[in-house]
Amino acid sequence: MRVSLFITCLADQMHPEVGVSTVRVLRRLGCEVLFSRQQTCCGQPFHNAGFPAEARRVARTLIEALGPTGEAGDADYVVTPSGSCAAMVKHSYPELFDGDPDELERARALASRTFELSQFLVHVLGVEDVGASLARKATYHPSCHASRFLHVGSEPLKLLSRVRGLELAPLAHAQDCCGFGGLFSVKLPQVSSAMAGEKLEHVAASGAQVLVGTDMGCLMHLAGLLRARGSPVEALHLAQVLDSGHGAR
Amino acid sequence: MAHVDPRAAPAADFAERSALALENAFLRRAVRFTVDRLRNGKQASAEAHGDFEALRERGRAIRAHTIAHLDRYLDQFVDNLEAAGGVAHFAADAAEAAELCASIAQGCGAKLAVKSKSMVSEEIELNQRLEKAGVAAVETDLGEWIVQLAGEAPAHIILPCIHKSRGEIRALFERHGNTTLDEATATLAGYARRTLRARFLEADLGFSGCNFAVADTGAIAMFTNEGNGRLVTTLPRVHVVLMGMERIVPSLAELAVMAELLPRSATGQKLTTYLNLIAGPRRTGELDGPRELHVVIVDNGRSAQLSDPRFREILHCIRCGACLNVCPVYRQVGGHAYGSVYPGPIGAVLGPLFHPERELSNELSQASSLCGACTDACPVKIPIHEMLVSLRERDAARRPRAERLALEFAANVLSSPESYERAGRALRFLQRATIGDGSRMTWLGRRVPFAGAWLSTRRLPAPPARSFRELWPALEREAALGNPPG
Repeated sequence: MRVSLFITCLADQMHPEVGVSTVRVLRRLGCEVLFSRQQTCCGQPFHNAGFPAEARRVARTLIEALGPTGEAGDADYVVTPSGSCAAMVKHSYPELFDGDPDELERARALASRTFELSQFLVHVLGVEDVGASLARKATYHPSCHASRFLHVGSEPLKLLSRVRGLELAPLAHAQDCCGFGGLFSVKLPQVSSAMAGEKLEHVAASGAQVLVGTDMGCLMHLAGLLRARGSPVEALHLAQVLDSGHGAR
Repeated sequence: MAHVDPRAAPAADFAERSALALENAFLRRAVRFTVDRLRNGKQASAEAHGDFEALRERGRAIRAHTIAHLDRYLDQFVDNLEAAGGVAHFAADAAEAAELCASIAQGCGAKLAVKSKSMVSEEIELNQRLEKAGVAAVETDLGEWIVQLAGEAPAHIILPCIHKSRGEIRALFERHGNTTLDEATATLAGYARRTLRARFLEADLGFSGCNFAVADTGAIAMFTNEGNGRLVTTLPRVHVVLMGMERIVPSLAELAVMAELLPRSATGQKLTTYLNLIAGPRRTGELDGPRELHVVIVDNGRSAQLSDPRFREILHCIRCGACLNVCPVYRQVGGHAYGSVYPGPIGAVLGPLFHPERELSNELSQASSLCGACTDACPVKIPIHEMLVSLRERDAARRPRAERLALEFAANVLSSPESYERAGRALRFLQRATIGDGSRMTWLGRRVPFAGAWLSTRRLPAPPARSFRELWPALEREAALGNPPG
């Protein structure tokens, strides 16, 4: 099976280790991973800020890069380690390109091939045990766009529960937003951080050493607050946990 | 004092008001405690219902149908109301509605009006207008009375004094009655009951809200928990109902669905303590009820919402407050930070729709992380977070110039893989050479646009030497060598 990696701009520039882990996890499961260097960003920050023309301009780049004529055009699936960016492609693109039938068709075609990592592993590959091991106590934060827009529910938990040595602690108020929200985090930094502050209270109460998520936006924000406070809790992307115990990390 | 009355402090913006709220530890504890109670209650009652999703869908369909045929149902309601002896008035805007109420009050020689809870009365600033007409208006919903005594606006749609401690309430009552009280619930409730009972008996006029108006019977439906609604609508000589134009249901059959949906969504109750159906004023031979019944049907921007497909569904709202109770922003800052009559996610949409001209308008739509919890919680499935995006789009030209230019510049850079790659490399290099994760050269970090706001509370990730795309060739070799390690 050929899989085109939609890395997301944030993981590409600031967290390449998440991309590396995603590639390794997919390869271990027998996927051939392709990568189109034409991709940049999905355009979500512009869409969410209320600038649809700019969002379309950026989105066209991604549709071109990940579409059939792009560098990884013959891939069967497009997989991304981000629920938020996957939701942008799957839900907002069709709406964004509603005005042009040709563009809409290309947007829909990409949307239908695009999968968030945990849903791809569990539903497309039919795998729950990826053979990882990590002897830590972890808790899982379901990010809003993954859970509310893509209905990512039990998939990450199923995958995590099969990681050898990993103790999963429940997280209180797990469904509450961490306060990242893209530009929201810099437009209203105090409110954003108060939201993260409450999230971290619940993480602390869970006793976890590792906070796991499916989106680097949320994790960068939470890790930023954890580090500013000198907390020993480590924020890890699901892909990094699933890549653990193979001598890779 | 961190409780900010929007009417008293119009200059502050959402960021300033929320910063004040964040410093108020009591407020934050109280809001958390109360919204948790409400949303847990809602969840439990939704589960107990058995098929709440189907109920939501029925509710949505009823609201959509009613709003699509609003003109017809309004006509039908008015005909049936008048056949039952009531009088209908239409008000195009807030000022006209307040004026109508003031002239009804003056027409019946009223000096004192009692009110039960009505968000529309807040919307049209009724109390201020009545005061000018020489009519004292007393709130009789306990929470509303408390915020009235404090000179504040409601901080929640259904629980107006969510932010007040027992001690603060005692102090307000002591000042009001020039007396000494203890903090026992029975004492405080007893004081309110005694004081308000006298007002009910004295009042010439009663103002109430309206949860739904039933088109085919002309009846007004009110869901209440305190009993004050019954006194307001039966004791005074004249009863005036304030009704948002969209508050219609076609018949009692649809009201029955709303009766299942509204209390469950609002408080988690199966049904409110009281459900009043008021069909006309006192009839010959009846022992109680008002001599006159007026219904003031308020447009105040609703026609404009109806004609705009982006925002039409906001008229489906049944004012349950469920979106407030799940909103992570409301949870941290409470209602007053919004500076709008309706707080929380629904207020962040309604405020800018009612007052597109106000600066508040373009800041409230930003007061959301777009997490979508509001949309999930809405009993009639209004896509609230999508409307916030539409409002941001509507008001995009009013954003600060620097923000607009930055977005345009970023879109240009991101529209080409080459410029994206160059910019990414340059920015990572600069960040590594200067502020790193933000712990170095903090004087500089504070001044960098966007990064400065981020670093006010958080660290940045340490920028990697190589981006993923720069690592990709090595990863390709890894695959060529035959599979990843492990």
